[in-house]
Amino acid sequence: MPRLTLDREIHLVQDEVLLLGSMVEQAMLKAVDALKHRDLAAARLIRNNDELINEKRYAIENRVLILFATQQPMAHDLRQLAAVLEIITELERMGDYAKGIAKTVIIIDEDETPIPIREICSMADMAVSMLHRALSAFMAEDVTLAYSIHEEDDKVDELYNYVYRKTIDAMIANPDTIDHGSNIMWVVHNIERMADRVTNICERTVFIATGELLEMSSSDDEWEEE
Amino acid sequence: MVKSIISIPPKAEIEEQTALPVEDLRTYPAKQPLVSKLQPKMETRNLSVHYGSFQALKDINLKIAKNKITALIGPSGCGKSTLLRAFNRMMELVPEARVSGIVHLDGQDIYGPKVEPVEIRRKVGMVFQKPNPFPSSVFDNVAYGPRLYGIRSKRLLVQIVEQSLRQAALWDEVKDRLKESGLELSGGQQQRLCIARTLAMEPSVILMDEPASALDPIATLKIEELMQSLKQEYTIVIVTHNMQQAARASDLTAFFMIDEKRAGKLVEFGHTQQLFISPKQKQTEDYITGRFG
Repeated sequence: MPRLTLDREIHLVQDEVLLLGSMVEQAMLKAVDALKHRDLAAARLIRNNDELINEKRYAIENRVLILFATQQPMAHDLRQLAAVLEIITELERMGDYAKGIAKTVIIIDEDETPIPIREICSMADMAVSMLHRALSAFMAEDVTLAYSIHEEDDKVDELYNYVYRKTIDAMIANPDTIDHGSNIMWVVHNIERMADRVTNICERTVFIATGELLEMSSSDDEWEEE
Repeated sequence: MVKSIISIPPKAEIEEQTALPVEDLRTYPAKQPLVSKLQPKMETRNLSVHYGSFQALKDINLKIAKNKITALIGPSGCGKSTLLRAFNRMMELVPEARVSGIVHLDGQDIYGPKVEPVEIRRKVGMVFQKPNPFPSSVFDNVAYGPRLYGIRSKRLLVQIVEQSLRQAALWDEVKDRLKESGLELSGGQQQRLCIARTLAMEPSVILMDEPASALDPIATLKIEELMQSLKQEYTIVIVTHNMQQAARASDLTAFFMIDEKRAGKLVEFGHTQQLFISPKQKQTEDYITGRFG
């Protein structure tokens, strides 16, 4: 016997999560594009539109809480809805990262100092692609895909470390660029954190599918242990 | 002068507050022991029950852990109540019922040749779905069993009645109404009176057959809270159709289903938290998510 009301509501919640995810993907890609083209108008729009992402997150959260209260989900339903609460929090924070990059575009303004934009765009493309597929894995409850996406985080970290090193070197060579360099580090830091949070979404997918709450290890963790 | 609304506690107090037992808070819930490792109060081995030629329960192997609340859940007709009745030999009161296999209480076979069914029913008390107080006073309801057991001392009976009513969380509500009829009480109070009546026999196991299904939500919660306090001293087995109740009130849950011949079988048994979040069997998943049938 299907539970028509609960099933329909869960599908709606999933659709809303995908919508929120695509809002975040767009925000991140547009933020990096605004940085590339020094498009202040676009940056301001992204900064202001973050409010829409936040609203969407709270709307989903309310919807899930109402389902907890009215439908008493158990087992797989319970794991799925509990995971959604975690995933929308991650998505909302990723939205904040995009907003942070948009703010940096406004701060940098017309500063002509060169930016490692190729690397930044690559990082953003990777992080957004990871997010996109992580949400597909969430929908399909595909544990194998979830693990494989998590492994890609190392590539983002590699690029981050590269840009970080280059920026530090540039700041040492020319202390006048310290302000600018800090802004760039802020941008790449945000993208790197976005990819980390994609891993958290993958962890929740594993939880939905298996009931196991685990932390996927990353090369960052190994570095921290040394 | 504007008074600061933020009060800064002295340093010693801060340190005291932050000195939380970090080890204990790191993981929740704490890792549960395997159900097979819990100390059993009762145990069935290949327990089967037939009503004439119809097999109601098939090869049930289940351990009822001591001082825990075990919930038996499953659809109607899966043998939950039959199992409950096999736990205190009440099944023998049903014509044509036949029990095979082993049921142990504290390691002793309750169906052994020298075992008195009455003694088993004293040790393994039962509370029924519908409150069924006797048409006598509150006091006499609780004193009924001890009197039947030959206790005549008024002082001792008063003591037993008060203690049983206190344990059943009913004393404060009826201490001035002990001579009133038990039937005058509310439904929830009547059910707790029946629990007190069971406790007066000093059982070690209490079987509850849907004890709250005839009660309103507040009375239901009182029974559930009562179960939590009783498990310190008793082992409780509850049959319930209300899955939220099983999730709220029990430590362990056993899920039963019928097989292709309509005989009841145990599908899954585990810690309640685990069973309701991550059941291992698809049948359990379908049932507790309401997709069964």
